[in-house]
Amino acid sequence: MPLVILEVRELVVRYGQATALDGVSLEVGEGEMVALVGPNGAGKTTLLNTISGLIRAASGTYRTGGRVVQVPEGRQLFGDMTVEDNLRLGAWQVRDREVARIYELFPPLAEMRRRRAYTLSGGEQQMVAVGRALMGRPQLLAVDELSLGLAPLVVQDLAEHVRRLNRESGMAVLLVEQNARLAFDLCARAYVLEAGRVAMSGPSADLRRSPAVQAAYLGGTVAS
Amino acid sequence: MTFFLGVVSSGVATGAAFALVATGFVVIHRVTRVVNFAQGVFSVLAGMLCATLLAHAVPHFLAEAVAIVGAIGAGFLVGLVAIGRRGTPPLASLIITLGVGVLSYAVVIFLWGDGPLSFSMLQGQLDVGGVTMLWQYVLIVAATAVTFGALLLFFNLTYIGKALTACYSNPHAARLVGIDVRRMGLLAFAIGGGLGGLAGVLLTPLQPVEFDSDVGIAINGFAAAIFGGLLRPGTALVGGLVLGVAEALVSGYSGFASLQSGVALVLILGIMVYQASRRPEGAE
Repeated sequence: MPLVILEVRELVVRYGQATALDGVSLEVGEGEMVALVGPNGAGKTTLLNTISGLIRAASGTYRTGGRVVQVPEGRQLFGDMTVEDNLRLGAWQVRDREVARIYELFPPLAEMRRRRAYTLSGGEQQMVAVGRALMGRPQLLAVDELSLGLAPLVVQDLAEHVRRLNRESGMAVLLVEQNARLAFDLCARAYVLEAGRVAMSGPSADLRRSPAVQAAYLGGTVAS
Repeated sequence: MTFFLGVVSSGVATGAAFALVATGFVVIHRVTRVVNFAQGVFSVLAGMLCATLLAHAVPHFLAEAVAIVGAIGAGFLVGLVAIGRRGTPPLASLIITLGVGVLSYAVVIFLWGDGPLSFSMLQGQLDVGGVTMLWQYVLIVAATAVTFGALLLFFNLTYIGKALTACYSNPHAARLVGIDVRRMGLLAFAIGGGLGGLAGVLLTPLQPVEFDSDVGIAINGFAAAIFGGLLRPGTALVGGLVLGVAEALVSGYSGFASLQSGVALVLILGIMVYQASRRPEGAE
């Protein structure tokens, strides 16, 4: 069993009366790439924001074995600031603000370094969002909806980058996706979150074969 | 012609000071989205403190510097009260700053009494080819220019300046990269205090300050600030200069100095009507 980089136990999060997470437990091992799939409103983003320290849990615990940095849904760039400023601000919590390694990873960004982030295309913005997160030197990269609103080819390219980072630097990844097919392709293991609870979990290969998952997430034939 | 140039030069000088107050509004509003109605208080405090120090034989520059540092401290304290509690909505913070402004009257009267205070301005005047300008005006314009230059460098070149901009640009993202948005807000309040304080020590020799002078100062600063929608320091500078010159012309040529303060109010009203008319139907 590898070292655990994220361990969530019976996490409960409420917004006023509404319960967003209702006893969620999950684990991400060091260097592992894990998917978290589920429909809108299942609590995926709430889970990420809780382990990022933005939301307080009502009960339950989470433990992180390193820095968790989030690539937020909708990219959330500093739109009127330059690409380079966006990247450098990602290093707020670490000393090293050198952006060269990000340009090596995403060469197109080097040419756009002086452009304001809002002028970039969706795919380019997502590169900046991933690059900004990497500037924080995460041990766990939590990616929220990498594919949202992007063309399939762009998604493939970005996904390949994330996979390579995972393989080469051993950075763990928690991939939150509505696109279950993509998530199962990238990650060996997955959790299915429904209405604030873990409905299913296991190796992606097994989940992919499950009729319930096929019907709900893979566009398979609805049970007839 | 000489009279006209004299009026304009006094307008430029007071306008520059308004621009400093306006930038205080802008810096605080950009980072925290709070309109700080206690902005005029910093000028009053700094003016009074400086007058007192000078009366106790503290040398010039040291007295002004201490007064400005005092205003920075006051800015920090106002920030602590207004945004110190996590999750305070900007509108609630605005009301708090109004309250702090009123409370400051009690503090000022307690410390300095309810009479006006002032100190003498720089003596003499600068003469350039027959056009003269009081040294005090030159000082105000020069101090404002240096301050704007410094702010420009601070916000565009330093990492912490960029973090302040980031808080305005996208507060949620700022939190995600680990920036403590509340602490940045307190820094903005401290900067706003310093800018108000600087305006105070520059203006007090021209216009003695009383406990309630903050209203006039804040109205002028606010009018200049909304030129740029409370967001752009550069436009606030232009706004301050336009306002200062307009007020000087009105009081200079009408012969009624009291008409002066009406200019800022008319300007505020005009800008608001203009902006409201440009807004598309039904938009927020």
